[in-house]
Amino acid sequence: MTSVVIVDDHHLFRAGVRAELDGLVDVLGDAATVEDAVRAVLEAKPDVVLLDVQMPGGGGVEVIRQVAARAPAQRFLALSVSDAAEDVIAIIRAGARGYVTKTISGTELADAVRRVAEGDAVFSPRLAGFVLDAFAGTASLPPAEVDPELDQLSPREREVLRHIARGYLYKEIALRLSISQKTVEAHVSAVLRKLQLSNRHELSRWAVERRLIE
Amino acid sequence: MSAVPAQQQQPLRRDVKDGIVAGVCSGIAKRYGIDPIILRVVLGAATLAGGTGLIVYLLAWALVPEQGGRSPSWARLAGRRETWLILTGGTFLLLSMLLLLREWGLWFSDAIVWPVLLAGGGAALIWRQSAASAPPAEPEPAAPVRTRPDRPADPLRALRLPTPALGPAAIGAGLVIAAALVFLWLNDALAPARDVVLAVLVVVAALTLILAPWWLRLVRGLSAERAERIRSQERAELAAHLHDSVLQTLALVQKRAGDPRAVANLARRQERELRAWLDGGRPDPGDSLASSLEAAAAEVEETHGVPIDVVAVGDAPVDERGAALVAAVREALVNAAKFAGGAPVQLYAEVGEERTEVFVRDRGPGFDPDTVPEDRRGLRESIYGRMDRHGGRAVVHSAPGAGTEVELVIER
Repeated sequence: MTSVVIVDDHHLFRAGVRAELDGLVDVLGDAATVEDAVRAVLEAKPDVVLLDVQMPGGGGVEVIRQVAARAPAQRFLALSVSDAAEDVIAIIRAGARGYVTKTISGTELADAVRRVAEGDAVFSPRLAGFVLDAFAGTASLPPAEVDPELDQLSPREREVLRHIARGYLYKEIALRLSISQKTVEAHVSAVLRKLQLSNRHELSRWAVERRLIE
Repeated sequence: MSAVPAQQQQPLRRDVKDGIVAGVCSGIAKRYGIDPIILRVVLGAATLAGGTGLIVYLLAWALVPEQGGRSPSWARLAGRRETWLILTGGTFLLLSMLLLLREWGLWFSDAIVWPVLLAGGGAALIWRQSAASAPPAEPEPAAPVRTRPDRPADPLRALRLPTPALGPAAIGAGLVIAAALVFLWLNDALAPARDVVLAVLVVVAALTLILAPWWLRLVRGLSAERAERIRSQERAELAAHLHDSVLQTLALVQKRAGDPRAVANLARRQERELRAWLDGGRPDPGDSLASSLEAAAAEVEETHGVPIDVVAVGDAPVDERGAALVAAVREALVNAAKFAGGAPVQLYAEVGEERTEVFVRDRGPGFDPDTVPEDRRGLRESIYGRMDRHGGRAVVHSAPGAGTEVELVIER
């Protein structure tokens, strides 16, 4: 069974997620602060860390940074009520492999955890919308300033993201676009890579405005 | 006496109607209850003797506003760039005229004319300032100030004086002081004072050195105290907001704990309200397409008790087409809420440069669009018809068992 550590500063919420995931995934532990989280994750070595975006002491971004320094292969899935695009983009750029909102059902969450554990990226409709927004500014830039490998989405990637934002599941997208589900997953992983590696101003704009990154 | 109190209350205005040239004398006379003839004679005499009267008159013309609410010629001109060129040119012209008069002997003496000119200019500036009934209010910022608790408003901002009122008054005061100094200097009255001034300057310098640290500490302490006060005010505001919103909702949730649907509804509404509050300067639904769609979704969600997830990419002001689109989307949302059996509805809107696309998707039982009866007005009129009329299109993708998606596209 896939193993997780839950990191969230709200006790009630941790208890709720624990109860919902009971029997679906193996909850190894939970933590309420950045410090405890780093220690718990490095000790328990779960397949996936369920990570709250907004926490005192630097938030989920800080947890990822400290853990990645010692266990770079650790996988994270952001789980938040936070709607702010800048927060979500910042935690994805820090290294989380997906973002789902806290209103997600237990079975869907367990499914998302499994997919992250297998190395896939998990995009909720909301995250897909943020990403489309973040890359929208690059379309009007002069081609010389854009690295198409990193700074622009391919038409196919855009199409996949638009379907996610419209509420389609990966297998439904595969059916509609007449491609395999593996190809859909490959597109989403490519988008995640671009999101994390692109240096384009538009992607880091929100984060810089909020002084989340230097 | 003819001076009526009501007239005394009025600010100084040029009286163009009763005046001869620009109504300066007449205006001043009315304001202070004197006969304008006296003023005219005095001005005339001053003009003959060195041109001072003329200068004073021209200054008053420019600085004193006309009766009937128009701003002074000075203020109307000050906004323009070429005004400063004209002003410089005018000053040189004036100087050359004065020198000419001086050459001809129409002149009191240097010791009187120059100081009077400076003092006249300065006094006019100061009077103009105090004559205005109230300093212009600082313009309100267009967007509501963000009141996120983690970012208090700049405490120093409130400490600053309104700057627009300071400029002209300071210049005026400077001119008057300069006039006094020039007058004293030209009359050799400063020579004995020089030693005193030196002594005073030395004492002031010494006092500054002694008192500066203390004074700085005082200022810092004051601003710290002010910042603390602002912080506690914000805390109080936050507490009030939480009480009015979150605590009330929690009380309602406890009361209606037996009705899961009502509880979920209450929670969604509270969540939306808090988010809007945290987001602060969000545009009004009337101005932004994305906000309008969100507002429509919120309304349908509340009426029908079905969760609607809204994702919007890009934004634009709402025009006539945008309004039609929002209305059609609303109808599609209502349909989805009614026929999808309570399953969540997904609304996706993409505002591009050429067109706006909106998708409303539900995971309900679905239907065959070809078998919709002709009398289903919701779909025919409110969606297809409305989009047609505004040069857009609507397509319904659905099949029994596969959910429904309504696609609405409108060119921008």
